[in-house]
Amino acid sequence: MTTKNSQVDPSGKLIPTYTPEFAERQARRQKSSCGKIWDLLDQVHDPELPGLSIWDLGVLQNIKPLNGGWEIEVTPTYSGCPAVETINEDILKVLKNAGVGEVKVTLVLAPAWTTEMISPAGKSHLKRIHIAPPDVNDEVLCPVCDSNDTRLVSQFGSTACKALYQCLACHEHFDYFKHF
Amino acid sequence: MDQKLNLYRFLVGLADDSVVLSHRLSQWCSNGPYLEEDIALSNVALDYIGRARMLYQYAAEVEGEGRSEDDIAYLRNEREYTNLLIHELPINDFAFTMLRQFFVDVFYCEYLARLCHSTDERLAAIAAKSVKESRYHLKRSEPWIKQLAEGTEESLRRIKTALAELENFVGELFVMQDWEKELADNGIAVDRNQLKVGWDHYVQKLLGESNIVFADSQLQIQGGRDGIHTEHLGHMLSEMQFLQRAYPGLKW
Repeated sequence: MTTKNSQVDPSGKLIPTYTPEFAERQARRQKSSCGKIWDLLDQVHDPELPGLSIWDLGVLQNIKPLNGGWEIEVTPTYSGCPAVETINEDILKVLKNAGVGEVKVTLVLAPAWTTEMISPAGKSHLKRIHIAPPDVNDEVLCPVCDSNDTRLVSQFGSTACKALYQCLACHEHFDYFKHF
Repeated sequence: MDQKLNLYRFLVGLADDSVVLSHRLSQWCSNGPYLEEDIALSNVALDYIGRARMLYQYAAEVEGEGRSEDDIAYLRNEREYTNLLIHELPINDFAFTMLRQFFVDVFYCEYLARLCHSTDERLAAIAAKSVKESRYHLKRSEPWIKQLAEGTEESLRRIKTALAELENFVGELFVMQDWEKELADNGIAVDRNQLKVGWDHYVQKLLGESNIVFADSQLQIQGGRDGIHTEHLGHMLSEMQFLQRAYPGLKW
């Protein structure tokens, strides 16, 4: 099954596609003079999505030098998402422990976060933890058996960013990370 | 009038709309008709509290008197609240809550889409974030209205009862204040008047498919932006603001 958000590799495995939104973020990171800070922040994960870093999720937008320290720009996924506070605290904790100087976390609203900002690695990771990754056409594949015979159970799942689905082939219930 | 004061009033009005509706939706938490719906209503409430926070934070900065978003939300009285009345009506039953949600979802999808083009960049960014959420809310509220209208005699009766009350409050969504007009002339705000025809068409079409006639109500109750409220808001605020009033300055 090939969807707009994924391709099939020669062995028949689904590979998430590389979006322009992610490419832009990646270019920003590669050109940045703050490489070690980006690397350190790979340790900061979304508290609701086990093992998914804020880089892969697209929440970490930019890092800039600021008066000998660093300004970290993050964008919220959903405007009321309670994970934002935890993420900010975790950023400060990681960078304090690394002793990199003063750190300021700034919330930026533009451009608005979209699931297109999620990295291909992030989408693969979601699937590994049995969360169906976002799809442009909301074509939801079961993260366990890859069947497209799935049904929407509820438009909101365990968090605002997910919907609850059931696979009609293997009967597994799973969260779908809504395309947004 | 002073543009800064106009902008402050505008931001607080929109924020009040959001925080009041958010609190109403949160009253369904643990009382939803079933678990998934309970979670959905709470999540919609969360989106609205997020929207309110972005607007209050901006309003506090525009005001520049050192007040925080919490000060504005929790330490103003009923008469200082300027939300449009439709947001403050009690949740009543599920049909009422969903019909109100459908009405405001249709409204916000168009209103916020236009606000994305505001000449005020911060406001445009807030709108860009919020409009996506409202579009998702509409995907849920619209099928519910169809389901309730075409469900049982009882569900149809409840939708009609809800409609008989709500139709008196929708007109206020399209009323422009003088200061709001000045902001719209400068490209900052959106002209609400222009949204009425599209909104009517959308709502009448959907309800018409279920043989429900929706016509303009003769009685259009207004006053929210001037701080004149229904009897319900004061009770709601006493609950919402209790903690901050009883323990001033309390933080999580």
